[in-house]
Amino acid sequence: MNPTETTLTELRDAIAGKAVSSAEATRAYLDRIEAHDCGDSGLNAYHEVFTERAMARAQAVDKGDVTGPLAGVPIAIKDLLCTDYGHTTCCSKMLENFKAPYTATAVQRLEDAGAVILGKTNMDEFAMGSSTENSAFVTTRNPWDRDRVPGGSSGGSASAMSADLCAASIGSDTGGSIRQPAALCGVVGMKPTYGRISRYGLIAFASSLDQIGPFTRTVGDTALLLKVMMGHDPLDSTSANVPVPDDIDRVDEAPKGLRIGIAREYMSDSNDPAVAAATQKAIEVYRDFGAQIVEVDLPHTEYGIPVYYIVATAEASSNLARYDGVHYGHRTDKAEDLIDLYCRSRSEGFGDEVKRRIMLGTYALSSGYYDAYYSRALKVRRLIKNDFDSAFEKCDAILCPTTTGPAFKIGELADDPLAMYMNDVYTVNSNLAGNAGISLPGGTATVDGKALPVGVQLLGPSFEESKLLKIARIFEAATDHYTLRPTL
Amino acid sequence: MSKSQTITEADVRHVAKLGRLRVSDDEVHHFTEQLAAVLEYISKLNELDVEGVEPMAHPLELVNVLRPDVERPGMATESALVNAPAKMPPYFKVPKVLGDGSGA
Repeated sequence: MNPTETTLTELRDAIAGKAVSSAEATRAYLDRIEAHDCGDSGLNAYHEVFTERAMARAQAVDKGDVTGPLAGVPIAIKDLLCTDYGHTTCCSKMLENFKAPYTATAVQRLEDAGAVILGKTNMDEFAMGSSTENSAFVTTRNPWDRDRVPGGSSGGSASAMSADLCAASIGSDTGGSIRQPAALCGVVGMKPTYGRISRYGLIAFASSLDQIGPFTRTVGDTALLLKVMMGHDPLDSTSANVPVPDDIDRVDEAPKGLRIGIAREYMSDSNDPAVAAATQKAIEVYRDFGAQIVEVDLPHTEYGIPVYYIVATAEASSNLARYDGVHYGHRTDKAEDLIDLYCRSRSEGFGDEVKRRIMLGTYALSSGYYDAYYSRALKVRRLIKNDFDSAFEKCDAILCPTTTGPAFKIGELADDPLAMYMNDVYTVNSNLAGNAGISLPGGTATVDGKALPVGVQLLGPSFEESKLLKIARIFEAATDHYTLRPTL
Repeated sequence: MSKSQTITEADVRHVAKLGRLRVSDDEVHHFTEQLAAVLEYISKLNELDVEGVEPMAHPLELVNVLRPDVERPGMATESALVNAPAKMPPYFKVPKVLGDGSGA
């Protein structure tokens, strides 16, 4: 078998059955990274690769010293998850040399399950962006067309998964940062319910929205990773104390009496024809399966982006106040006094998008504007949540596009923040409401003679990931989109 | 949040100061234009009547959580200092806070 052309689950089983060693598999992925990721025209999905550590871990698995449900499988993680090895940079100059003193719970659970961590993936600085162009270090390319973005902010993880530079990868989703790049790179990407996976060791952007989740080739692989990573963590008081259902990885058990909701707010005329066709095809798949297709209303959908850019920036302005050049992170060498040290260190360490968001959030929270912006945004957030609550009384999941179109060109939206923000128009509301969402490969659009992936999204009620995965599996099983791979 | 309240260059200088950011005159001009466009889009929220709606700051119903009051090791001083830009163990080192010492 070729260990880089399997699913995570198949590779796990092959390693467990000694059909392939973890060392062989890990070496194969490292070779692929060497061949396709590096250099100016490389994908640049990784920011740091742990070659020696990964090989040592793989050999420990092969010797039987490390066991578990993920024993020996190579996984990549977004560079905002702390690891007590290597660097954790958030792809910011501010944290360029930062070495975390502890490991994030989500990563620790992967390690405890036997996973081999291959490296840290590139991202928009502090997860602020939708293209990975805001990385302070390098721009990640989309494996389907290297002149295009992989989406963001978890663009490195999405690109790596799409190009088989890992067996699975981990990202974080604050407004769509897993699902949007998953759609643009043609892989499965899931944001579980807020609180399902501990945020301990996840460098904070917007704490009431941030959620960790996986990128995989298949729905079953996503279930496998969720089973390992989900669950209460005493180190994160906002991690939900809700049991993880035993059947979460039994994705082939299709639910009975299925009702799929369609919201016209997501079926805009401005959707790319390939996106509209993919969603339509998915409706047919569910109808053929015997599901009832019901119309639902999400009337406040269009207010999601405005709410998000107040709530997320307000929280970011507070979370990023800690980068002061004193205890860790970049420090200017020109400071005259302490205030000057803060200001210069932050201005030298942060990129423009981070500065814009700190200023916007500070503005929204500042005296005289708090009620008009922040307080109003929180009220509209409630209306968005109420929309979902009503919709989920009528259906088990809402089917919609993940994005309005396929990947755009590198540089195309780079200096137009508002246009960039609109990328999250179909993903951001489930972050605001806190529910679960998954993006599935929905086929391809043809642009300039090249096939570019588009995504189909399913949104489900909070804490019902198990059912959502089973529903997602129905679409996956009826299509072959997930088997499509880019030619490198 | 009406059009007349769109963010000005003076506002941008003010929030930059509050956020401990140094911005050049060119940057102020550029950021003001961009933030004004974003705020104008955000003003869409004024279309809605939110009278009586309970604000939602968080997706979960949170209660305060206390861990058991049991002694356990904290982070070692050396670990805390690993990333310090300047240090004088066991301390972090920072520039003088009170100017050149000629008067405070």
